[in-house]
Amino acid sequence: MSFSQMSIRQLQQALRDGKTSSVALTQACLERIAATDEQINAFVTVCGDKALASAAEADRQIVAGQGGPLTGIPIAVKDIFNTAGVRTSCGSRILENYVAPYDATAFARLREQGAILLGKLNMDEFAMGSSNENSANGPVRNPWDLERVPGGSSGGSAAALASGQALATLGTDTGGSIRQPASFCGVVGVKPTYGRVSRYGVIAYASSLDQVGPLTRCVEDAALMLGTVAGYDPADSTSVDCPVPDYLATLEGGVKGMKIGLPREYFIAGLDPAVKQAVEAAIKVYRELGAEIVEVSLPHTDYAVACYYLIATAEASSNLARYDGVRFGVRQAGDGGLVQMYEQSRAAGFGDEVKRRIMLGTYALSSGYYDAYYLKAQKVRTLIREDFLKAFEQVDLLLTPVAPTAAFKLGEKTADPLQMYLSDIFTIPVNLAGTCALSLPCGQDGKLPIGLQLIGKPFDEASILQAARAYEAETDWHQRRPPLD
Amino acid sequence: MKITREEVEHVARLSRLALDETEIDALTGQMDTLLGYVEKLDQLDTAGIVPTAHAVPLENAFRADDVKPSIGLERALQNAPQSEDGCFVVPKVIE
Repeated sequence: MSFSQMSIRQLQQALRDGKTSSVALTQACLERIAATDEQINAFVTVCGDKALASAAEADRQIVAGQGGPLTGIPIAVKDIFNTAGVRTSCGSRILENYVAPYDATAFARLREQGAILLGKLNMDEFAMGSSNENSANGPVRNPWDLERVPGGSSGGSAAALASGQALATLGTDTGGSIRQPASFCGVVGVKPTYGRVSRYGVIAYASSLDQVGPLTRCVEDAALMLGTVAGYDPADSTSVDCPVPDYLATLEGGVKGMKIGLPREYFIAGLDPAVKQAVEAAIKVYRELGAEIVEVSLPHTDYAVACYYLIATAEASSNLARYDGVRFGVRQAGDGGLVQMYEQSRAAGFGDEVKRRIMLGTYALSSGYYDAYYLKAQKVRTLIREDFLKAFEQVDLLLTPVAPTAAFKLGEKTADPLQMYLSDIFTIPVNLAGTCALSLPCGQDGKLPIGLQLIGKPFDEASILQAARAYEAETDWHQRRPPLD
Repeated sequence: MKITREEVEHVARLSRLALDETEIDALTGQMDTLLGYVEKLDQLDTAGIVPTAHAVPLENAFRADDVKPSIGLERALQNAPQSEDGCFVVPKVIE
């Protein structure tokens, strides 16, 4: 078995057995980045020398029998995570020179367990986008078809993994930004329950929806990565102080007797036939494995996108007020005084999509419109959340497509913001409900990967990982890699 | 029309964004479409529904008021576009 087909745990064993070294793995990733990233554009910063120095240190620890479960494993993180001493630009011109003075907790936990940081990954500016076309660093290309998008906003996190440039990555998911790119690139992506992973040091987009999660090549790696980053953090007062189970311990438990719900509102006319077919085939696998399949209803599904684009933009307009050209970021100095300096710095520093969302959010919060838009959306959010809680009284988890189609073409939806927003129709409700979900490969439309979404009860990531592993063990979709030269 | 050009200009001022004429024109059309779309929420009767601000019910997260090391002046200022004497420099506000 080649190293690129091995799980992180298998690679750890190979390291411990002296069959390879962290320096060799890290060097192989760096060479892969050098060979493929001119086409893919997944990395915005590569920390080659630092990574090799850390890898050499990891090898010394391994020889001495020390280190953690990620010691020596080369990973990369979305450029939204603060990384001390390494530029964090969040896909934006306004932060093009920003070097964080501290580490985000999620990244720090990976580093403390021995992971090697290869670099920072491209993304839609401030995580606003579904195609990775809104990046100041240029679009990421889908490794399966260079004319297509990798999904967004964690497009770099998914594309780097599918290209073999890193062994695992971190992303963030506000409306589908881990799951949709994972689906488009044929990898596993987990959006944990809101509050499961600390958001400390993660540049904020919509604070009541943002959540950190791993993208990996297989479910076992996802369980390992999630277990490492999850858990209460005193530095994030919205992280929840509840025990983190051992996700690896229950992974092979199977789905016999599990009740899986199919929300009828997710199997709609707009669903691409290839996606429908792949998801139906996956349902058949689950049935054969002994799961009980029942139809359920999430009646407010159709309102989720509208609800999301009011709440997320309102929160964004508030969060992004901090980019004012004073404490960090790029300043446009005029001689028109303070307010003009703010206005010009922001106008020059933000891209079109970010401006559009700030404008929409500011409008939704502005005097006279607050009740009609923002408050209304928060009430609809309650209805959407209750839909999920009611469904979970009947079933253990829900099974749906991740996106209505496989990866679309670059430029296909950029002219129509609403069409772009609607591509997140199956992922957004989960963020509004605050529960957990994952995406795993379940088929192909031609050469393009298709993703299956499993949605779990709040804080029950263990069940969706277990169910995902049961499917993965029966299929080989997760082992397929794009033919990149 | 859900939103006028004048309202878009007003929201741009509230947002502290110096937008040019082309941007204002484009945003007027786009915001009109988006606001038209989100109007579908009005189909739902939400009387008596408690709004959700956070999906996970949260109480105030209190902690002890302990003195701990902070990042310090130098690191706090390291990303400032302009600083002087340990302070952030901004354009003159008061004449």
